Amino acid sequence: MKKLILFVTAFTALIDSYSQETVLPAKPQKGTMYITNATIHVGNGKVIENGTIKIKDGKIEEVGANITVPAGDANVVDAKGKQVYPGLVLPTSTLGLVEINAVRATQDSREIGEMNPNVRALVAYNTDSKVINTLRSNGILLANVVPQGSFVAGSSSVVQLDAWNWEDAAYKTDAGIHVYFPTLMPRPAFGRFGGGGGAGPQAPQPDPVKEGLEKIEGLKTFFKEAKAYHADANHEETNLKFEAVKGLFNKTQKLYIHASTSKQILVALDFVKEFGLDMVIVGGSESYQLADLLKKHNVSVILQQPHSLPTAEDDDVDQPYKTAAALQKAGVLFAISDDDAQTRGRNLPFNAGTAAAYGLTKEEALAAISLNAAKIMGVADKTGSIEVGKDANIIVSDGDILDMRTSNVTAAFIQGRKIDLTDKHKLLNDRFEQKYDLKPVKKGF
Amino acid sequence: MLSVTGLSLLLAVAAFSQPTFPENGVADPRHGYYAFTHATIVKDATTTLTDATLIIKDGRIVSAGSGLKVPAGAVEIDSKGKYFYPSFIDIYADYGIAQPQRAGGANQFNPLQQPQLETATKGAYGWNQAIKSDAEAYRVFAVDDAKAKPLREAGFGTVLTHIRDGAARGTGAVVSLANEKENLVIIKERASAHYSFNKGTSGQSYPGSMMGYIALLRQTYLDAQWYKNKPATEGLNLTLKAWNETQDLPQIFEANDKWNNLRADRIGDEFGVQYIIKAGQNEYQRIKEMKATNATFILPLNYPQAQDVEDPNDARFVSLNDMKHWELAPTNAAAFEKAGIPFCLTTSDLRNVNLFWSSLRKAMEYGLSESKVMEALTKTPATTLGIYDKVGSLDAGKLANFLITNGPVFNEKTIILQNWVQGIKYVVKEDAASIAGTYALTVTTPAGKEDYTLDVKNASTVTMFAKDTVNSKFSFDGKLVKISYAPMARRQRPPIPDTARRGGGGFPRGGGAEQALPVTATRLSGVNNGTEWNGTGTDSLGNPLTWTATLVKLAEVKMDSVKKKDMPSVGKVVYPFEPFGWEDGQQPKQETILIKNATVWTNEKEGVVQNADVLIKNGKIASVGKGLADPAARVIDGTGKHVTPGIIDEHSHIAAASINEGGQSVTSEVRITDNLNPDDINIYRQLSGGVTSSHILHGSANVIGGQTQLIKLRWGANDDDLKFKNWPGQIKFALGENVKRTAFNAGNNRYPDTRMGVEQVLMDAFTRAKDYQKAWKTYNDAKDKKGLIAPRRDLELDALVEILEKKRFITCHSYVQSEINGAMEVANKMGYTVNTFTHILEGYKVADKMLKHGSFASTFSDWWAYKMEVEDAIPYNAAIMQKVGLTVAINSDDAEMARRLNQEAAKIVKYGGVTEEEALKMVTLNPAKMLHVDDKVGSLKPGKDGDVVLWSDHPLSIYAKPLYTIIDGTIYFDRQKDEQLQKDVDAERLRLVRKMNGEKRSGAPTIPAQPSYQIMHTCSDHGHSHGLLVIDSDE
Repeated sequence: MKKLILFVTAFTALIDSYSQETVLPAKPQKGTMYITNATIHVGNGKVIENGTIKIKDGKIEEVGANITVPAGDANVVDAKGKQVYPGLVLPTSTLGLVEINAVRATQDSREIGEMNPNVRALVAYNTDSKVINTLRSNGILLANVVPQGSFVAGSSSVVQLDAWNWEDAAYKTDAGIHVYFPTLMPRPAFGRFGGGGGAGPQAPQPDPVKEGLEKIEGLKTFFKEAKAYHADANHEETNLKFEAVKGLFNKTQKLYIHASTSKQILVALDFVKEFGLDMVIVGGSESYQLADLLKKHNVSVILQQPHSLPTAEDDDVDQPYKTAAALQKAGVLFAISDDDAQTRGRNLPFNAGTAAAYGLTKEEALAAISLNAAKIMGVADKTGSIEVGKDANIIVSDGDILDMRTSNVTAAFIQGRKIDLTDKHKLLNDRFEQKYDLKPVKKGF
Repeated sequence: MLSVTGLSLLLAVAAFSQPTFPENGVADPRHGYYAFTHATIVKDATTTLTDATLIIKDGRIVSAGSGLKVPAGAVEIDSKGKYFYPSFIDIYADYGIAQPQRAGGANQFNPLQQPQLETATKGAYGWNQAIKSDAEAYRVFAVDDAKAKPLREAGFGTVLTHIRDGAARGTGAVVSLANEKENLVIIKERASAHYSFNKGTSGQSYPGSMMGYIALLRQTYLDAQWYKNKPATEGLNLTLKAWNETQDLPQIFEANDKWNNLRADRIGDEFGVQYIIKAGQNEYQRIKEMKATNATFILPLNYPQAQDVEDPNDARFVSLNDMKHWELAPTNAAAFEKAGIPFCLTTSDLRNVNLFWSSLRKAMEYGLSESKVMEALTKTPATTLGIYDKVGSLDAGKLANFLITNGPVFNEKTIILQNWVQGIKYVVKEDAASIAGTYALTVTTPAGKEDYTLDVKNASTVTMFAKDTVNSKFSFDGKLVKISYAPMARRQRPPIPDTARRGGGGFPRGGGAEQALPVTATRLSGVNNGTEWNGTGTDSLGNPLTWTATLVKLAEVKMDSVKKKDMPSVGKVVYPFEPFGWEDGQQPKQETILIKNATVWTNEKEGVVQNADVLIKNGKIASVGKGLADPAARVIDGTGKHVTPGIIDEHSHIAAASINEGGQSVTSEVRITDNLNPDDINIYRQLSGGVTSSHILHGSANVIGGQTQLIKLRWGANDDDLKFKNWPGQIKFALGENVKRTAFNAGNNRYPDTRMGVEQVLMDAFTRAKDYQKAWKTYNDAKDKKGLIAPRRDLELDALVEILEKKRFITCHSYVQSEINGAMEVANKMGYTVNTFTHILEGYKVADKMLKHGSFASTFSDWWAYKMEVEDAIPYNAAIMQKVGLTVAINSDDAEMARRLNQEAAKIVKYGGVTEEEALKMVTLNPAKMLHVDDKVGSLKPGKDGDVVLWSDHPLSIYAKPLYTIIDGTIYFDRQKDEQLQKDVDAERLRLVRKMNGEKRSGAPTIPAQPSYQIMHTCSDHGHSHGLLVIDSDE
């Protein structure tokens, strides 16, 4: 019987060819549900063996090893032999803003201009993006949707990945203002290849450090004026850009500075010292060099891509893999992201896995893509760990989620709703397994 | 009789008149007939005559020797204490040639301009604007004394000048630096032929890569040869005609870099040409390879400037390489001398010709010998150009090009006084030292006479005193004397003793410089009349005065002997010249290695064997089994660890100077192998990820790209030793968006613009190849070749014929099903097979057809949605293709992902459910199969190459790290040793940062810190950044 159901599901999917229009957002979870016999990776470092999670109306009501499941309760997910994790959080992404990077018509991540604090990523977030479901298949249930830009790019919002439209998807709205810092580094002279006179490196033209610092000073002036503006309740005119950053000053918003080098990060500390803002460094490839200062100033870091080459030729060949461990050691609150444009974020757990191979414990690595990411995003009260009172954002995997050798997500719940793990790729796989009469591969949906 | 120092009175030698030029005035024939007597004459680097005589007439040397009689009619110039040298020769100049200007056409660097596909040169010239073999420097040469003067002052009398524009630059001319009519200063009009890897003002899109330059030059050699038969179909081709006419000249190639030098030399080897190579600054990094070229080199003397690295955040991005190169570049010339490689020196590349002597002295400080310098500036360039009968030594019959100095020319304090060019005197610097001495000065004022003593040190330094020292200022320009002075006020000081002045940095510090002179100072102006100076002046009250200074005693001439400075201590050259490079002698060696008690993934019928041993001997797998022993072996405990064959990356773009020749849609003539770059840090990084072989592909800029090269990651090897030996070649094809130039900002004007056109490009290319093949067969089969002209050899079609003859295999960048089928249909029609479809993200849709066609598939694990043609890419692709029966590989196309190919293989288990063994084969044995080297690598079979990785963990796990990466039985990566190497890198960085800081503190000029950017090549399919310091070559 069970086999038959599986077959029918697969067949229904096939009829609809290789689009995912049939993947419906799940209905709200009502009543009580249990996930039992699980190895529960809480997300806060703790692991509960043979544990049970009690979920009621989308929230986690109880978690532990000694929870009794009423006999005969039909709503039980037996996770025997499986690993259960909090739904993973992708901390920076253009998910839903960019469908295909090379096709301009599908790009909605970067607005014209350098001062766009008022631009909101959320309103362009396309819940029907084909990329979304491929992330869910790897355990990613929430994402911070971030605008791109050349300086002040706009605000990001956290979305949950099972919704009909962006309003339904919104999990935390406009909570981050994103600033892409000038590099503060000279660029090389153009045309190094085949130069006529064998000229060596040429002195850079304008001073990029000076230019960059001036730009940043301009932003400080903007914040000063915004602060003054908000101190005065009666404005003669309304300034949308000032309005957009209001939350920064009462810490309901965070300032995300996209920066890599020590110099950039040191300059960025001004925003903490001068304005007392909550600041997050995004990128942070060089953050390990000043981890103690970041800790001292309560600056958190999103490592954008541990699967990267070392910055400098002279660096430890494994430096990007080890950076997370250096931040952990210094006590910096950090998250790991995956902004690879070829794989679109689906390798988030493996970026964390690599950090675990190079110095983090597996639970620390998990926290970097769950609880700590949620803390940075300001959603730790609702998600990021399997703890009482939080939304039941939970994934079930055959094995270690951080290792592609064992990671295989068999079930996922957003707010307790069991979501459909079908994605475009699985549908195309099915379609062509049919073509070649290959044995259908059971992939848990 | 005149003395050299008294020459000021001599009128400048009149210009030689030319018989055909009418005289506007009265004829003034002269012969410039001089005898320089009692001179020290350095005839050449090995012959020095003392108390000798040099006789010149009509711009030539009549004789030079000891005991010569001054002939009647010659002006005798007493040259006691003076040294005579042949003037120097600069073999690499563009003196007298106007800066070449772009003549219409596109700016190749402007991304908003459509490419210029055809030549913009009008006339009966060749097809490529960068080949300017018809250019002739002597026709456009114009004397330019503003440029000649600094060269003469540096000691040069003759230069080889050419038009520095194009990959072939036509002929160079030998000219003197005399400021005379061009008719007389051109010494040899066609003296050389010039080449480079730079298209200069040509805006034509081809060549657009190092490979392209090499192919273009090779093809031009072939075309020129063919053109000798006057093929009617070609008509008149002035470019090829000139090319042929200039082949007998010395052939000079501007290569400017160690690897480029080798690339140039190999072109020469192929066509029987030994180039003279204009080098760069970095040849010391591969001096053995330089020697092996058998070339004579032309060495510039510019060096990197010290950078300001005081700020650690700036220093952070200055690479060890750049700092090491800064330290070692001055050793370059000495390295050539030590290696016994002939070379000339040039002022070319110097920021300013005035820097020549300081740069030369620096090279000498770093070990270059005086006699070698002398040779490199005279005899070597002269013999290299075949003009030693005219210049290069002070022998009878040669041009009267010589320097007169006040001491041995290389002594630090020696001054070049005069530089005679073609018998014409050019004063470089007055011999101010010759006025040094004590003078009695008498100033006659209305108030009476004042007597002073002048102690003249040199042209700007005097100590003047009566009873006490007088505050004074002095200048002498060879003829005119100026003195101003004022009695010293309260703070009188005794004269500063000579010795205290020594070592003051060499800057003259006049007595008067001690204290500023008041505006009321007495001012004297006069003239040097020999041993007496006479003049007038104004005293402090404004009264007129006269004065006379009479020589009491000349100072004794004390020439500093050459100070033998210790050679500055410098760091060691490492191989490759990269962080983690090996010092000479420390390179890893082939060993007998026995890995014991590991889990061994054989990729053979034995499968995965637990608790097994692997023995590697003589670079090969000797055996795999249990309880192996070898007394000579280095034993590595493999307990709890895994052994696999080395990872093979089917699709990589590392270790190459260029990878895309996008100038045309068919560029099968270009070859990656022509431009391998062993100095790529990614070789080492990928070794750390277990990669042992990489297939370096041409990019995807065009339908038929270039020939590929399989390499082994032998870190430290030169470009030749990097190659995987004995593999049948491959070639890159590409389909779809990249070859249609979908992403071009300016729109595409290069055929094809659609997938329809792509198919036709293939049809056309192979149709031409077949016709070509037939033409050659007809020619070769003809018994009687009389009257037959051999077909034109076409490197582009040669490569396609190799495909038809199954000697070369295709790897084809491809994505969508329509283009895959299209490519296979063309192949079937034309009778070849598409060996490998690479990327092939829609391969799962047509896997059955690919199987039938006989293709291999090399793909990504999980890439998708970065461009339109990968909209339907799925991570199940590899597994479906494998299940249908294809041999499938997972490749990187990415310098970062290549380090984790084992993980990418693991994803095929995750997504597609293939077995772990099959997945591992996708990055080892299967790529070996599609590269046709599975008889040598890809599995742990006795007899195969000893290319092995020892992993810390299950090789498909994210937690696995390579502990050892072994190639040919040589451990190229050792995780423990890597820690030590990292410490060495850090220590060497620290040393160099401190040295640069020391340089800055000692007052040496520095430039702002320059971040060391790296160029990275990709298939243009990348959406991610490779970090702060990486520039995508497409940018």
